[in-house]
Amino acid sequence: MSKKVYMYKRFERFWHWSQAALIFFLVLTGFEVHGSYRIFGFERAVVLHNYAGFTLITLIAFAIFWHFTTGEWRHYIPTTDKLREMLLYYFKGIFQGERKPVGKSQKVKLNPLQRLTYVGYKIAIVPLMVSTGLIYYYVAHGDIHLRSVKYIAIFHALGAFLLIAFTIIHVYMTTTGHSVTSHIKAMITGWDEVEDEDITE
Amino acid sequence: MSRKVCFFASALILITGAFTMLSAGSVDHSKFAELNRNFSKPEDLTAACLKCHNNAGTDIMKTNHWLWTRKTDKMPGREGRMLEVGKKNIINNFCIAVASNEPRCTSCHIGYGWKDGNFDFTNQNKIDCIVCHDTTGTYEKFPTGAGYPADKDTVFPENKKLYKKPDYKFIAHNVGKPNRQTCGSCHFYGGGGNAVKHGALDKSLLDPSKEIDIHMSKDGGGMTCVDCHVADRHDIKGQLFSVSVENKDRLSCERCHTRNPHTQTLFVEDQPDRTYDIFKNRLYMREKPEENFTSRVLDKHTERIACQSCHIKFYSTKHKTKVWWDWSKAGEKNPEGKPKVVKDQDGETIYDGKKGEFRLAKNAVPEYYWFNGTVDHILVGDKIDPDKRPIQINRIAGECGGSDSKIWPFKVIRGKQMFDPENKTLVIPKLFGPKGSGAYWNDWDWAKSAETGMKAAGVPYSGKFDWIETEMHWPLTHLVVSKENALSCNDCHSRNGRLAGLPACWIPGRDRSLVFDIFGILLIVGSFAGVTVHGTMRYMAAKKRKED
Repeated sequence: MSKKVYMYKRFERFWHWSQAALIFFLVLTGFEVHGSYRIFGFERAVVLHNYAGFTLITLIAFAIFWHFTTGEWRHYIPTTDKLREMLLYYFKGIFQGERKPVGKSQKVKLNPLQRLTYVGYKIAIVPLMVSTGLIYYYVAHGDIHLRSVKYIAIFHALGAFLLIAFTIIHVYMTTTGHSVTSHIKAMITGWDEVEDEDITE
Repeated sequence: MSRKVCFFASALILITGAFTMLSAGSVDHSKFAELNRNFSKPEDLTAACLKCHNNAGTDIMKTNHWLWTRKTDKMPGREGRMLEVGKKNIINNFCIAVASNEPRCTSCHIGYGWKDGNFDFTNQNKIDCIVCHDTTGTYEKFPTGAGYPADKDTVFPENKKLYKKPDYKFIAHNVGKPNRQTCGSCHFYGGGGNAVKHGALDKSLLDPSKEIDIHMSKDGGGMTCVDCHVADRHDIKGQLFSVSVENKDRLSCERCHTRNPHTQTLFVEDQPDRTYDIFKNRLYMREKPEENFTSRVLDKHTERIACQSCHIKFYSTKHKTKVWWDWSKAGEKNPEGKPKVVKDQDGETIYDGKKGEFRLAKNAVPEYYWFNGTVDHILVGDKIDPDKRPIQINRIAGECGGSDSKIWPFKVIRGKQMFDPENKTLVIPKLFGPKGSGAYWNDWDWAKSAETGMKAAGVPYSGKFDWIETEMHWPLTHLVVSKENALSCNDCHSRNGRLAGLPACWIPGRDRSLVFDIFGILLIVGSFAGVTVHGTMRYMAAKKRKED
């Protein structure tokens, strides 16, 4: 039997989707600045990218605050427990119709693989993008003096490539729930379906 | 209008009033007995001028307008050696060099009678005061007169124009500050005709629209040449790097526009050497520009990029300039035995039997190089390396990140000219002169022309000559336009923009790391392929399970 639980709180959903939209827009304008195509024109692309970047930084600040004040940060504590099983499941069990080796509940929202991925996102990709982005901004602005922004630009772009790859896999993984769209629905409405057995304690 | 602007406006009105009383009309030259007589030759007028302006002669003789050289010990590769460098002894790829061609070239010298290598540079009476100080617009030097005007009304056969004997008394009564016409009489016509040489100085500056030159336009600044090119005892500020060596005595936009021109108002106070005439009837105030991300970023750009790079969008906006001059093609004659002339659809010469083949450019996009204000030149007699073609007639110094190095716009004139393959020197041909003098334009024999020219220049000549490609760099600094007509970010911040070929430095939108880009694209493609394969396998497996 499965049961509906309120998995994602309002701020969590707001944070998730606005972050998604901002990253999409940052990628769009960012690769124009990178020289990959012309949509807005270089100047507009830069200005819009700056606004979106600072908005995302503000959002991240609120998200950090929210994670710590609500204790939600605990969901991201990495663990190797059942990590092997999760990996095996995605490479084998999923094709045989097996159930996920780690369930989902309000207490334990993330499986070990998710924990590792999101923690990587939070402590590697986000700091990389925010720091290189800010340095880039303040160099252009004249407050930081560098001989060249070359390596800043290269690593900022590298982060962007990683983000795109992350997003592709992330979106695909949403289809591995109860139904193809159930995870996405959960992130929109907040209500997720979980197995009875998973609700322990 | 903000309060600050009001304050400056009233201050200006006061200053203007004061200076109008002091400067304009304080001297009426027509009242001087000395000038109320008939002058038979121009030297007599100069002598009269020098009677009152008794230091002007010695002052003039120190200037590069008089000497056609500047002293320098900073010539790249020859540092420490005091040299005199200027149009007198450099080589170019227009009419090559002054030596042996004096009477033609020196029709733009501010003196009288520099007709060969024996001109007396210490004779003050040979100074031509009125070529700069005439305000009547009636004074003209004769094109082949070694600096003299016509001594009787004469038609110059080449352009069929009548050159009148000047009315010296009338001119003497109406002397004044140099104006666009006087400066332009030489500087607009360098290279033998309007717009030929500089690419950013031509007769369109007599009355340009705002789209041609914001400073000199009536609807813009309404300024004249000497508003920027101020003089200290006849030594005029600013120098042109097609003939100059050192990073000094340069004019800068920052003097008025500050170092943060995109966020600051014009800065006009506290400039003691500045003539206040520019304020006359004109208000040089503007509202403080909006300070935002873009304007601050543009200010930051000024550290590495000359103002001219963005604010000169095109050169030769109205008149065609020469960008290619191939002397090796010269010599063709028409059936009448006269030098053949071919014109383009606009009536501009693209072939001349006397001079060779030309290519012209209008509304041309500049080339961009790093430039720090130091330039090396090939002087008369210098060795060249014929294997390194094209020969660089002047070498612009500068690099990304170098001190004082900025990205500058250039007109580059390319062409073919003579060189001596044995002595490895550029040849100075005698072009101008009467029949029998060895001048190519009358004797049509390059061998003789080279021999005569080299002899006059005092350079050994092997007797052999060949043709070699050369390039010469002319920094552009005129034809400045306002932001509405300047470059936009896209012009340089794109893969194939105006700075596509500029070496080194990182320009966002132009540069990328190919390795990281390929890695990134592979990452994205790989992720996409991975999820597609995974998804398909899941779908197939589920289907199979259902069937079972």
